[in-house]
Amino acid sequence: MEKVKNEAVIVIKDLVKAFGEKVILDGFNMTVEKGSNVVILGKSGSGKSVLIKCIIGLLQPDSGSIHVFNGNVPEMNEDELDEARSKIGFLFQSNALYDSMTIRENLEFPLLRHWVDIEKEEVDRLVSEALENVDLLHTLDMMPSELSGGMLKRVALARTMILRPEVILYDEPTTGLDPVTSREIEDLILKLQKKNHTSSIIISHDMNCVKNTADLVVLLLEGKCYTEGTYEELEQSADQNIKQFFE
Amino acid sequence: MTLIVRLKRFLNETGNVARFTGRFFSTGIKPRYENRELLNQCYNIGYLSFPLVGLTSFIMGLVLTMQLRPSLVEYGVESQLPVMVGLAIVREIGPVITALIFAGKIGSSIGAELGSMKVTEQIDAMTVSGIKPFKYLVATRVVATTLMLPLLTILGDGISLFGAYLGVNIRSVTSIDLFFLQVFKSLDFSDILPAIIKTLFLVLL
Repeated sequence: MEKVKNEAVIVIKDLVKAFGEKVILDGFNMTVEKGSNVVILGKSGSGKSVLIKCIIGLLQPDSGSIHVFNGNVPEMNEDELDEARSKIGFLFQSNALYDSMTIRENLEFPLLRHWVDIEKEEVDRLVSEALENVDLLHTLDMMPSELSGGMLKRVALARTMILRPEVILYDEPTTGLDPVTSREIEDLILKLQKKNHTSSIIISHDMNCVKNTADLVVLLLEGKCYTEGTYEELEQSADQNIKQFFE
Repeated sequence: MTLIVRLKRFLNETGNVARFTGRFFSTGIKPRYENRELLNQCYNIGYLSFPLVGLTSFIMGLVLTMQLRPSLVEYGVESQLPVMVGLAIVREIGPVITALIFAGKIGSSIGAELGSMKVTEQIDAMTVSGIKPFKYLVATRVVATTLMLPLLTILGDGISLFGAYLGVNIRSVTSIDLFFLQVFKSLDFSDILPAIIKTLFLVLL
């Protein structure tokens, strides 16, 4: 038990978030261990995206704590949040690439913001390396509108990885992609995780993605952590609330 | 009840505008400055608006002159046409029309651009990347419009006066030197400066 506590990179306790009368997260608890992939399963509108937006500080929870790198996110000031965010990558569901910038500029943007004194040559090297990791070096000077959905997702993944984050939050990384491209993205997630030794929280409805990437699956139901376990454990469960995701 | 709701909505809007202005002055003008984005916006907002502002100003000067001529001819003061047109354009019509055109074009394009960025999570991506979206997206656009509208107004006034010169020459013959001499003779600094300063407030509106 003590060992788990020492290795935890994210510890969420009694997290509550409501929008008006509607309570989305109602005392949610979760721990993410270093180097593990935690997949969060839940129905649409169950608060999965709200949860990871609370972790990165895009939303302020009503109560509870989110300890990331020994700091409590809801209590951090802007500078502390920026510091924490430089260690957390976020892959948006819509990719969120800046459509007025080239792929090179999209990747340079977070680098120049977080590492202000970085040399131009170093920026070029890191951008090329990040794109090489996703086999898209040839798109360097293209605009996002010139790329396919799968390529955009890979570029977004490269941008997420460029600051070498210790934790990555994936918001439905394979949604809207065909099975082959989904498999490529899953392989990339695993490959980059192995290479950079990152911990991840993955939100996904795609059970293939869950099966291929999850070390631990957490089921979010009615704002709470309903259950957690490995994919195989949950797959064999007789509980109807769990079974419905695996049918 | 409806009146109270409308009043509440109006007060809310007024409060939001005041809060926006306060936020702009408290955070938007502090370092770190987004100079590259500011230049980019000056180009988008100023340079790319110039054709529309120029064309509108030219037509405005031409039509204003053609419409004023018959009235002045009736009173036998046709020779005062350049003076009258010059004063009207520089003091009032030029700044107001330029600001209206500018607000229509730029206001809608900024609204659409930022709305699309919000929907596609680009603004959240900026926050996650350590960028203050208000400073990067909003303050730069406010400063760029504040810098560009006075410049466009001056250019628009010049083009409008040229349109007026062509309008004068449709029915009579006046040299360009004489036309502009008459215009500038009737204008002094107190006509030009308040009109330009006025544009700074029109930008915020």
